[in-house]
Amino acid sequence: MTYTYAIEVEDLTLAYEEKPVLWDIDLHVPEGILMAIMGPNGAGKTTLIKSILGLLTPAAGTVRIYGRPYREQRHLVAYVPQRGSVDWDFPTSVLDVVMMGRYGSLGWLRRPGLKERELALEALNKVDMSHLAHRQISQLSGGQQQRTFLARALVQDARVYFMDEPFQGVDATTERAIVDLLKELRAQGKTVVAVHHDLQTVPEYFDWVTLINVHRIASGPVVEVFTEDNLRLAYGGRVGFLTHSGDDGRER
Amino acid sequence: MIELLNNLLFDYTIRTVALGAATLGLVSGALGTFAVLRRQSLLGDAMSHAALPGVVIAFMLTGSKAPLVLIVGAALAGWLGTLCLINIVRYTRIKEDSALGLILSVFFGLGLMLLTFLQRSPDARQAGLDNFLFGQAATLLERDVVTMAIVGGLALLVLALLWKEFKLLSFDRNYGSSLGFPMQVLDVLLMSLFVIAIVIGLQAVGVILMSAMLVAPAAAARQWTDRLSIMVLLAAFFGAVSGVAGALISSLGRNLSTGPVVVLCISAIVLVSLLLAPNRGLIWTWIRRVRNRRRLRLKPVLRDLYALTNQHDNPYYPHHIDALRTTTGGGGVRWTLTVLEELGWVQRINQNHWALTPDGLSEAKRLTTGDVMRET
Amino acid sequence: MTQLQIEIQLIGIVTAVACALPGVFLVLRQVAMMSDAISHTVLLGIVIAFFIAGSLESPLLIVGAAMMGVVTISLVEMLVNTRLVKQDAAIGLVFPALFSVAVILISRYAGNVHLDVDTVLMGELAFAAFDRWQGWGLDLPRSLWLMSVVLLLNGLLIGLFYKELKLATFDTGLAAALGFSSVLIHYGLMTVVSVTAVAAFEAVGSILVVALMIGPPAAAYLLTDRLSHMLGLSGVLAATGAVGGYWMARWLDANIAGSMAVMVGLIFMVSFLLAPRRGLLALVWRRRRQRWEFAQTALTIHLLNHEGKPEAARENRVTHLQEHLRWKKDFAGQVIRRAEAGALVVRKNGYLVLTENGRLLANKAMTH
Repeated sequence: MTYTYAIEVEDLTLAYEEKPVLWDIDLHVPEGILMAIMGPNGAGKTTLIKSILGLLTPAAGTVRIYGRPYREQRHLVAYVPQRGSVDWDFPTSVLDVVMMGRYGSLGWLRRPGLKERELALEALNKVDMSHLAHRQISQLSGGQQQRTFLARALVQDARVYFMDEPFQGVDATTERAIVDLLKELRAQGKTVVAVHHDLQTVPEYFDWVTLINVHRIASGPVVEVFTEDNLRLAYGGRVGFLTHSGDDGRER
Repeated sequence: MIELLNNLLFDYTIRTVALGAATLGLVSGALGTFAVLRRQSLLGDAMSHAALPGVVIAFMLTGSKAPLVLIVGAALAGWLGTLCLINIVRYTRIKEDSALGLILSVFFGLGLMLLTFLQRSPDARQAGLDNFLFGQAATLLERDVVTMAIVGGLALLVLALLWKEFKLLSFDRNYGSSLGFPMQVLDVLLMSLFVIAIVIGLQAVGVILMSAMLVAPAAAARQWTDRLSIMVLLAAFFGAVSGVAGALISSLGRNLSTGPVVVLCISAIVLVSLLLAPNRGLIWTWIRRVRNRRRLRLKPVLRDLYALTNQHDNPYYPHHIDALRTTTGGGGVRWTLTVLEELGWVQRINQNHWALTPDGLSEAKRLTTGDVMRET
Repeated sequence: MTQLQIEIQLIGIVTAVACALPGVFLVLRQVAMMSDAISHTVLLGIVIAFFIAGSLESPLLIVGAAMMGVVTISLVEMLVNTRLVKQDAAIGLVFPALFSVAVILISRYAGNVHLDVDTVLMGELAFAAFDRWQGWGLDLPRSLWLMSVVLLLNGLLIGLFYKELKLATFDTGLAAALGFSSVLIHYGLMTVVSVTAVAAFEAVGSILVVALMIGPPAAAYLLTDRLSHMLGLSGVLAATGAVGGYWMARWLDANIAGSMAVMVGLIFMVSFLLAPRRGLLALVWRRRRQRWEFAQTALTIHLLNHEGKPEAARENRVTHLQEHLRWKKDFAGQVIRRAEAGALVVRKNGYLVLTENGRLLANKAMTH
């Protein structure tokens, strides 16, 4: 089977109630790149990821992963939701959360066993969290929570990763560790799409960037797309403010 | 006590009541864990109130008081109430709390209306439907308990089979969807299990207080453990214990409904758990805080003693405890000094006089120079 | 109508309106379930006050009940502040416990007086007219006096603090900045709810109190966007529910409070289905219309995105559109026909081309 793109999104349109949130988004993401999705608040970044993953039902459009419809290729895709989207007071341990990454391949009824445990520990090792495997999740720092979520996605052994604001509210060490992890994933030929806020770190962290603001402004390699003009189109007049506050989105 | 135990084992009625109460506590405790973790504690309240018209209508239609008939009626009504609730929240701007209150009161009002409508006919009182308000465990028959056990057992079986899926639903619903599990279906299924847990308890605890059996055991269990599986087991245990205790106590007194007694039993367990559970318990938190505060006082007292001796040539000059009380201020100075003595940093000269030891002197010097460095 | 019937309905109307007014703020501030909790726990306040005063007519009962309302909220907040349980669980723990104590106390120690558990739930509206008070040359049922005073008080308080309540309800941040203590307003509101609940209690029972506090305001919320209108409308709907419920109860020879609650539910259902802008029917109709408008806009945007680009030949062919937009064939055909009829697009040898109108629409949609 031959394919050109890891992710192909065509004409994706989504509306909440009356208001359109995404208009006719096209994306063609080649294999093995790190891509940032950027845009102002309310531009639909999270919505875009969620509708690609079928968590929201689009009004129109198709999503293909490695040339086939998303539904058939779900096992190739891993999702890292926003850290704040779950209740960290839930009674469970880090290891347990990471093992959830294996639930999909386990399927119905079957319980995680020794093999899943080992895979989970391995993934925790990669994010430097193995010493915290048995810790209750409410005792984790923001950075550790994010690493737990990353480990959970790693354990899925996917080829395409969607991450919703992986750098939101994490410490500098964790940010560094996540960047290293992303580069390692790229070296393995995996594709990563991440919602990102900090304009300053884009050229350093990512290869590609997609700018959206309800519709797609531009999508392509950072050197071509990450230009003042495009940013102004996406952010309006606020771009000057944004480029000068590099810490936006990091540490509350 | 012995007599009670004897009754429990050999008295048919009491044994039946206890078994029934244990079953309902077990099932609602285990399932309620998920309601509490998903922040749906008040959903149970709406569901159980909504079940009342179902019980009455089931009786009106069939003329039968068989538990299975009434359970089916209650379950259908509870289900319908939940359906209304979901749709009100989905299609209007009315928030969940208002929708809950509305469903709860309107369905319950309908139940009361129908109940009083029925009571004009002579056989209604003897049908004992008003027992469904506050519960009357004494009316449980063996076949009722068997029905409860079968229905509840099935619900628990589903819970056990779909354990990992329900865990995923409760912790991270969106992630579960991304893995390909049909979360909507699981959501509806779990709510149906809540309805089952509620309806099998209605006869014994009543519609008004049944929701507490869903919330309280889980809230108590949460304090003792950080693991979901243990939490479910503990909640089931607490539910069963309070069910049996409540049913037995109410069977002793005359004119006492089971529901309120059971609720008081489980509330007592909650209170004890909130106060005493290791780690999370309020008393331990309080003790930890006091200890920390006292530990923080060690340094100032040592430093002040050192500062006082600086006024003399002899660094081991004993000082009266009152002098330290003025400089450091506050209470607990004597306690702090005792701790310092255990550390070997001060020694007691007589009843009220204390002096530094050589170790204490070097420690105090280290502390003060550290402070100076920090201040510059 | 006999005088008795008129008086019972009057009690119903006054009670309903008195409950609905503070209810508006419960619904808007999203603390509706507190009315459920409070209407249960005030019973404990009544029982305790009854044991102290030894009479059911002592004003101490209202004081005791109001205090118990405040105690309920404080207990819930205390529990939440320990961070050991979440708020919904805290409510679900506190009120069953307090209510249970009250029920047990009643059945153990107050069984022989006129305070039984059934009355607590259902009220005794049918008998409320027999207990009478004279004043200012009027001979009216005690409940009517009591509820009129409560209604007056509620109206007065809402009138006096209208601005503060409005601000604290819709813009907590601004209210705090302007120095209105939201805690004070919250507790004040809850005290009003408690007093209303206890006064309404013996006439209509605890469950109808909840129905009347939440039902009419919820129905009104679907009918209007203005707070003042919502207050007025809630009062009217509550009174309608009271009168309608009374006649339904007479017709069925059933409990009046239960029937009133059912009537309130029916009123809400009508509002839910038929409200002009926010009702279910209006929503369905609007969605149907918007579906077409939306699809046409989506079509123009799609054409605009690809026009003049190399892939246009593939993307903008009529036969390929349905595949690319993942629309069903019939639906895509309809959308194109409608867009053609509306002069948004024209067909040129198997391709769709935007008209000036279509381009305008697409651009407008993309820039909101």
